[in-house]
Amino acid sequence: MTTDFVPTDYLPVLIFFVIAGAFGFVTILLGKLVRPRAPYREKLLPYECGAPPISDARQPFPMRYYIIAMLFVLFDIEAVFMYPWAVVFNKIGVYGLVEMVLFITVLLIGYVYAWGKGALEWD
Amino acid sequence: MELGTTVLLAVIQIAVVMGVVLLSVAYMTYAERKVLSFMQDRLGPMEVGPWGLLQPIADGLKLFMKEDIIPSGANKIIFAVAPIICLIPALIGFAVVPYSEGFSLLGGTGGTITDLNVGLLYIFAFASVGAYGVILGGWASNSKYALLGGLRSGAQVISYELVIGLSIVGVLLLSESLSLRAITEHQDGGFWHWNLWVQPVAFVTYVIAAVAETNRLPFDMPEAESELVAGFFTEYSGMRFAFFFLAEYANMILVSCLASVLFLGGYEAPAEFLNFVPGFVWLALKTWALLFFFIWIRGTFPRVRFDQLMKFGWKVLIPVALVNILVTAVGVYIVNN
Repeated sequence: MTTDFVPTDYLPVLIFFVIAGAFGFVTILLGKLVRPRAPYREKLLPYECGAPPISDARQPFPMRYYIIAMLFVLFDIEAVFMYPWAVVFNKIGVYGLVEMVLFITVLLIGYVYAWGKGALEWD
Repeated sequence: MELGTTVLLAVIQIAVVMGVVLLSVAYMTYAERKVLSFMQDRLGPMEVGPWGLLQPIADGLKLFMKEDIIPSGANKIIFAVAPIICLIPALIGFAVVPYSEGFSLLGGTGGTITDLNVGLLYIFAFASVGAYGVILGGWASNSKYALLGGLRSGAQVISYELVIGLSIVGVLLLSESLSLRAITEHQDGGFWHWNLWVQPVAFVTYVIAAVAETNRLPFDMPEAESELVAGFFTEYSGMRFAFFFLAEYANMILVSCLASVLFLGGYEAPAEFLNFVPGFVWLALKTWALLFFFIWIRGTFPRVRFDQLMKFGWKVLIPVALVNILVTAVGVYIVNN
């Protein structure tokens, strides 16, 4: 196969997606024929070490998770930017090298700032 | 190639690859129990079949016939769909893994289900979707343990995905392609041409991040049973529980396959005179060696704390991966000029 963009390359992905999804749904539906179904109130309670659950489970959670998600978006975009750069690096030579050093430097400043502000701490 | 041929070829290869992956998952659970047992001076499963060889099938049948419990406070639709959201990406990642050299089949080319020119990006895109299944499953359960497990898993998976993403840039600089087949072919010529020797740092960061990404001990925070019962799948039972399990093991096999392709030459033989052995045997051997390594570290290391895990990812692995990219880029530039 060539490295040119050919839409039919993506057809097997779609077929695989449908087959994998069908495998999941059909297995669960078929299981309905053989599995028992006898629910009662206590069985359907969320597990909390055997005691009746106290309050709703959907409680506020720490901000840290939000900060990590934000940092992830920033750095993941950086990583994705590097993929095309890495693939054509040999063709763009020293210009590409300098550009990427500048790019990483700018990101490193942000990284050091986040570190200094304590965004990477978990205690 | 005709459209009909493309579809037929794809369906045949998907059936074979999916069969092999599902069977590998089943026997991975068996291998894991056996290897851990031998490391702990036990025998492991011995009852079902000779040496317990039919144990995974018995387990599968048992899970298939178990009651499907949906807790009363759960968000029913999301709860029901989350395991499948987890399962699909874990399976279809295998679509771009080249398992053998190209051979002609039904007038088309076999060896990969589809050789996308953005194969690596495709795998990482779908790996990210898998994290949604875990987070949604944990949230929809309406159980505190499940919610905490889901959140931890989300934070852990995205942090270590970043490390994986950065650690493979070095390989891309060398092979100048995102197609997994091109990356494999770049490493032909035997053992000493593997990327492992030119990218050792990337290999180490990749393997550490892969263990964390698949929620394995010593990084199995999302399901740390001593603190979170079972983490995000605490409330799941029967087949839906099995799908989370299946997805986790399929993901392990996928990251090991990927490590073999990126660093260990994929389906290429380690030496010229071994070329008569078919490619898929080499890929399977390399993948299983890595899977054994996964089980080995599970049997060896204690679990780390969650804050240690996040600190290690963000403060050690990411800077190391970035420096590796810069060093590789300068190296490639010097060699080419």
